[in-house]
Amino acid sequence: MTALRLFLPLDSIAVSLGADDVVDALKFEAAKRKYDLTIVRTGSRGMHWLEPLLEIERSGSRVGYANVAESDAAALLDAIAGDGDHEKFVGPVEEIPFFKNQTRLIFARCGITDPVSAGDYAQHGGFAGLDKALAMDGGAVCEEVMQSGLRGRGGAGFPAGIKWKTVAGAKADQKYIVVNADEGDSGTFADRMIMEGDPFTLIEGMIIAGVAVGATQGYIYLRSEYPVAAQVLNEALSNARKAGVLGANVRGSGKAFDISVFMGAGAYICGEETSLLNSLEGKRGEVRAKPPLPALEGLFGKPTLVHNVISLCSVPAILAKGAAFYRDYGIGKSTGTMPFQLAGNIKHGGLYETAFGITLGELVNDIGGGPFTDRPVRAAQIGGPLGAYLPPRLFGLKMDYETMLANGAGVGHGGIVVFDDSVDLLEQARYAFEFCVEESCGKCTPCRVGSVRGVETVDRIKTGVDREKNLKVLGDLCELMVDGSLCAMGGMTPIPVQSALKHFPEDFGVKPARQAAE
Amino acid sequence: MTLSAIIEAFVGQTGGLISALHAVQRERGFLPEETEAVAAKAFNLTRAEVKGVISFYHDFTREPKGKTVVKLCAAEACQAAGGRDFIAAVEKRFALKVGQTSASKDMTLEPVYCLGLCSCAPAAMVGERLVGMADADKIAAAVERHSKERG
Repeated sequence: MTALRLFLPLDSIAVSLGADDVVDALKFEAAKRKYDLTIVRTGSRGMHWLEPLLEIERSGSRVGYANVAESDAAALLDAIAGDGDHEKFVGPVEEIPFFKNQTRLIFARCGITDPVSAGDYAQHGGFAGLDKALAMDGGAVCEEVMQSGLRGRGGAGFPAGIKWKTVAGAKADQKYIVVNADEGDSGTFADRMIMEGDPFTLIEGMIIAGVAVGATQGYIYLRSEYPVAAQVLNEALSNARKAGVLGANVRGSGKAFDISVFMGAGAYICGEETSLLNSLEGKRGEVRAKPPLPALEGLFGKPTLVHNVISLCSVPAILAKGAAFYRDYGIGKSTGTMPFQLAGNIKHGGLYETAFGITLGELVNDIGGGPFTDRPVRAAQIGGPLGAYLPPRLFGLKMDYETMLANGAGVGHGGIVVFDDSVDLLEQARYAFEFCVEESCGKCTPCRVGSVRGVETVDRIKTGVDREKNLKVLGDLCELMVDGSLCAMGGMTPIPVQSALKHFPEDFGVKPARQAAE
Repeated sequence: MTLSAIIEAFVGQTGGLISALHAVQRERGFLPEETEAVAAKAFNLTRAEVKGVISFYHDFTREPKGKTVVKLCAAEACQAAGGRDFIAAVEKRFALKVGQTSASKDMTLEPVYCLGLCSCAPAAMVGERLVGMADADKIAAAVERHSKERG
C-alpha cells in the first residue's frame, strides 16, 4: 500500500484560497486509490502568492506544488506517487529566493511543524529558551531581554527590557501577562500567521515573561476576525497543559503558569493597550488615561506586562541563543529581526522576516516584485492605517525605528501596503479620518470630533470649496489631534493625512513644491 | 437553552460579559431585547452598563441579520488591490448596499476592517468561509454554497 505524508497549510491565507477543499479532494482521491494518506496541516511559509502550497519530503528536504486546486487532486496524487513531475511543481521550497534570503528567528518553525504538537515544537528547537529561563533568576531573565535591545513590535517600539523590569519590580499578590493579539492594522498579518502556524513560540515567550516578572496568569486578547487562530491556539494550549508545559509545574520547574484566550468583539481601538485591558475586564473598550502605566496598574489594577504577539515571540530565541546573538542583527537601536508583511497591490505578497536595516525599496520592488497590476508604484503605506504614505523617491530609506521616525513615518507593526499609480491620495487621507470616525472610542474630543471634521474638511478640499482656507483648517486640525488626543488613534490619524498631503500635494489640488525643498 | 442559562455560564470569568454576549449571539444570531436585563442581573451591573458594552462593539447586533452574512474588507490593503471596485461589483451583483440586509432576509452585506488576508487582497468572509483574491463571482459562488449548506 502506498503511504503518503503531505503538508498543507491551515493558515487563513491558504484556506481563503481553497486549501480545505484541496484536503477533501486529496482524501477522496487517495481513498479511491487505496493510498494511506496523511496530511499534516502546517503554518504557511509566508510565500502567499504560491498558496495553497502543498509540500512533501523528498530525500531530506521539502519540495512543493504551488497554487494547488481541488481539481488538481487526482493528477497530483498520481504525480507524487510516481516520479513527482507535475506542472505545479516548484522544487525545494526552502531554495526559493524569497524564502532562502530571510533570517527567520521568530518564524523558524512556521510552515515546517505541526502547529499544535508540543513534541514537534520541542524536536525543532522549541523550549530551549524556556528551559534556560526556568534555571535562571527572574531578574537575570529581564536583564537578558534588556541587553538584547528588543523593542515592542506593536508599533510604539518601547524597550521591552524596561517594561519587564518595571513589572518585575512592582509588588503585588497577582501580576498578569497580557498579549495584544488584536492585530487590526490593515496590511499586517504576522501575529495571525505565528498564532496559526507556530503558537508554541508565543506560549513559550509568555511563560518566559511570566517567570521573569513573577506572573502566573497570561491572557491572549485575540480579535474575533481570526477564527482559525482561535482554534489553533486553543488546541495548542490544551496540548501544552497535557505536555506539562503549562499548569502548576511548568516543565518540572515547580513554577506555575497558565494561559487563556479571550475573544474581542470587533473594535480596532482595543489594540490600544489600555482599551484592551478594559475590554478584557468585560467593559467598553475605552482608553484609560496614563499614568498609571499598565506595568504598575493594569488588568484589574494589578501590574501587567502588555506585549504585542511578535515582541513575545522574539523572546524564546533571545533566551536560547543569548542577548549578544540577537543584538548582532539589525542596525543602531533597532536590534533583531522584524517580520515585514508585504500587502496590497504586490506580486509577491507575504511575510518576510529579516534584520532591521533593509530598505523599503528592496522590500517593495526586489522582494515583492512591485504591483501585480504591472503599473508603477505610486505609494506605500507603512505600518497600518495610522502609518505614513511614502512615495518611491523615499524608497531608499532603511526600515528601522529611527530612520522611519526621522522621516515622519514609523515601522509600526511592519506592514507595507503597496499602491500603484491609480491611487488617489486625497481619498486615502479622507479614509484615514473616516476610519477614525468609525473606530474612535469616543473618550476624548480631538479624536471623536476631530475625525468627523477631518472628513468634512477633506471633502471641501476635494470639491474646491475655499481650498486654501480649508487646507489651513486641515493643518490646524491635525496639529490639535496630535497634541490633544489621549492615545495613538487620534494622535496618529494625522500621519497618513499629512504624509499624503506632503508627498502627493497634486491630489489635493495643490501645486507640488519643488522637490529639492524636501 | 434559556438566555439566562447561556449568560450565567460566564459569570466569574475574566471579561465574562463580552464572552456571554458572544455566546448569546452564536446561539440566537443576534442579541434579543431582554439580553440587557438578564445580563445586568447575572453580572450585577446596571442595564446602562450592559447597553454601553453592547453598543460599543461592532460584533454585537440587536437586529437579526440575513441568513448569509457577507463581510467585505474595506481597509487599505484591499483598497490598494481594487477593493473599492470589488465592493461596488458585489453591491451591484446582489442589488444590496454594504450595511443592508436583503428584504428576503437571505443576506446581509457588511464592511469589515481587515481579515489579515492583506497579501491576497481583496478579501471577504461569507458565513464562516474566508475568501482571498476575491471577486464578485467568487463571492456569488460562496454565497450559493453557504445557502445550500445551511439548507
